[in-house]
Amino acid sequence: MDFAFTDEQAMIAETAQQFFAENATSSRTREAMAADGFDRATWQSFCQELGLGGLLVPEEFGGSALGMVDFATVAEAAGSQVAAIPLHGLAMIGSAIAAGGSDEQKSKWLPQLASGDVVASGGGNADLKSDNGGLSGKIEFVPHGNIANLFILSDGSEAWIVEADADGLSVDTPVTMDQTRPQATLTLSNVKADPLADGAAALNIGKAAGWICLAAEALGGAQACLDRTCEYAKEREQFGRAIGSFQAYKHRLADMMIEIEQARSAVYWAACAIDEGSDEAELALHAAKSFCADTFFKCAGDMIQLHGGIGFTWEHDAHLFFKRARSIQTMMQSGNWHREEIATMILGEAA
Amino acid sequence: MKLGFSKEDEDFRSECASWLNDQMSGEFSDIKGITTLTEKAERRKEWEQQLAAHKWSCIGWPEEWGGRGASLAQQVIFAEEYARAGVPGRVNHIGIELAGPTILTFGTDEQKKRFLPDIAAGKTIFCQGFSEPGAGSDLAAVRTKGHVENGEWVVNGQKIWTSLAHISDWIFVVTRTEEGTQGPKGLSFLMMPIDQEGIEIRGIEQINGDAEFNETFFTDAKCAEDSLIGAPGDGWKIAMGLLAFERGVSTLGQQMAFRNELDEIIAAAKSNGSSNDPLIRQRIAKAEIGLRLMRYGALRMLSNQDHSKVDGAALTYKIQWATWRRGLGELGMDVLGQGGEIAEGGEYAWNTLPNLFLYSRADTIYGGTNQIQRNLIAERGLGMPREPRGK
Ligand SMILES: Cc1cc2nc3c(=O)[nH]c(=O)nc-3n(C[C@H](O)[C@H](O)[C@H](O)COP(=O)(O)OP(=O)(O)OC[C@H]3O[C@@H](n4cnc5c(N)ncnc54)[C@H](O)[C@@H]3O)c2cc1C
Repeated sequence: MDFAFTDEQAMIAETAQQFFAENATSSRTREAMAADGFDRATWQSFCQELGLGGLLVPEEFGGSALGMVDFATVAEAAGSQVAAIPLHGLAMIGSAIAAGGSDEQKSKWLPQLASGDVVASGGGNADLKSDNGGLSGKIEFVPHGNIANLFILSDGSEAWIVEADADGLSVDTPVTMDQTRPQATLTLSNVKADPLADGAAALNIGKAAGWICLAAEALGGAQACLDRTCEYAKEREQFGRAIGSFQAYKHRLADMMIEIEQARSAVYWAACAIDEGSDEAELALHAAKSFCADTFFKCAGDMIQLHGGIGFTWEHDAHLFFKRARSIQTMMQSGNWHREEIATMILGEAA
Repeated sequence: MKLGFSKEDEDFRSECASWLNDQMSGEFSDIKGITTLTEKAERRKEWEQQLAAHKWSCIGWPEEWGGRGASLAQQVIFAEEYARAGVPGRVNHIGIELAGPTILTFGTDEQKKRFLPDIAAGKTIFCQGFSEPGAGSDLAAVRTKGHVENGEWVVNGQKIWTSLAHISDWIFVVTRTEEGTQGPKGLSFLMMPIDQEGIEIRGIEQINGDAEFNETFFTDAKCAEDSLIGAPGDGWKIAMGLLAFERGVSTLGQQMAFRNELDEIIAAAKSNGSSNDPLIRQRIAKAEIGLRLMRYGALRMLSNQDHSKVDGAALTYKIQWATWRRGLGELGMDVLGQGGEIAEGGEYAWNTLPNLFLYSRADTIYGGTNQIQRNLIAERGLGMPREPRGK
């Protein structure tokens, strides 16, 4: 038992933080927001120069086969800059194919995912129909679905690989509140689909990776809200003193930190539990996703309030965090849903 | 980063669990499951001695002072198994967790020899004399006075809220030993025997009807000159060092006691059907999450070796657990419904959950109130300006 980063993990975390601070700058993210929500330059350097695209991909397929803890440090860093990159899809789809793909599926897709040449995303709908290898139905809220080349789609028990340019697939992108991660709608009519060899295994680990990604992004985002607000609190003066000297103000900052420290425990507990195959993993995932999303939302809301008028402007970054926080709360099930899962583990089904 | 325990540690776990379970089903079965601080105090002093006789009393201390020099993982395991076995809290917890580590860190070899083996053996029960009527959150406002006379310290003044003073053998006090000083300067840290003419103890009744804390009056109370820890004037530094020990491994044992409390709420909810109420289900899930995060927060803080920056997990730990437990008290009552407000035995004495509801109001007060915790977090953790002070 040693619940602290190894030197290697600390180094990955530091590298990732530095990378996103330098690359996923506010102006780059805003350019992406005004276009298709994809900061291509950052993504390319992330996958190629930094070589982190293959973080969760086995070595024989061009990855570095690191664990969830390592991945979480990276997602945390990306979240702290609200980077407009399809990291969530990479985590979900990369680990799903690695766990549930045939050898052929793995060798075809994993190297391209690791290099960033292929952008992946996924989604599900229980009403998806499969008929003679053709998929039909509608799937909403596919993150970065507008720019993905590859999807894994599921009806909850099976999973299929679908290529974005397949006949019969149309992708619509409604205006999404969080412009750093547009949510697309896929409409399929008899689209060619390649079933994953082991759909259940793929969905299991894919979901876990997706939840870890969201929880870790939320942690990074929440910490950034606190850090930036603290900077402002020391600079801005009213009534002849720094606003951070008012107790009502500083207690609110303290409350943010109290939640964030718990969120940090949650993310790394869940990530470790997956890496170690612990029987707490499921509980930890539900705890991490729900707790971190709520923490991020609270911190982002407080960031706006504690900045006053400037916090309500488009020009200030507070709204980027606020909107990302809201979208993390709803993506991959709400906090209430996750807590009900936990309640069922403890109390059984409600009568 | 690794959460699992090694095979050796798991063997150690079985060893402690089986010894503790034997004790609780055998010779000490009469104290199993007690959750208050003082119930059956005399038997629990015997239990302290039993622990010491088998070297289970202060396993993290060096061997020469009665410990085992146990690793962090082993201390974690022992704390967890201790509570899991339903063993009552240590009546000498202030001696073991506060006085002992303070003497280990700041005491002379003589003082270590004199106090540590007896603390470990449960022969010297300690209480903490910090707070005074005029010095609560503002601990540095202490007015109790001490001076040396004929080779002895002589102390005059009053302490208040002294938990367990009525069953203790010794008290450590922060006292003003330099005439004319104010605030943290001129304070000293003394260890005093309680059984003497100059010390009088009067119980104070609490909101749950118990009287676990006291007023402690000092009228020419005396202790030997070498009962001073550190140098005269070091009192503040030592008191602050001591408060940091409060966040040690023992917190994990405390969490297992919380686990037992939450389990009792879960059992009550299942048996009276409130487990079907969607809002209660959400609150129980939140309580479960909070408890788990407390455990992993504590493990993070205990594993942390990087002392170059502020440890956020450690700094936020007190307010986190205290607030969580206060919420747990409310959840317990909401699960019990109106029946929770009726005492069973016809006396003003409460079962675990109603008592938790009442007692947990103190958790957010002692050891630094929630407001003081927020000040500390904002100032030390986040670099905010310090509170303005009056005279
Ligand atoms: C059950 C129990 C056991 C205890 N056991 C011991 C013991 O064994 N030994 C011991 O020495 N003491 C003990 N205490 C005392 C405890 O440490 C004090 O009660 C505590 O430090 C608060 O001091 P106070 O009661 O004087 O309240 P005050 O300091 O007067 O506080 C009153 C209110 O004002 C608020 N307040 C004060 N200062 C500020 C500020 N700067 N900013 C914002 N709000 C502020 C507080 O948060 C609180 O809400 C115990 C207390 C309890 C309840």
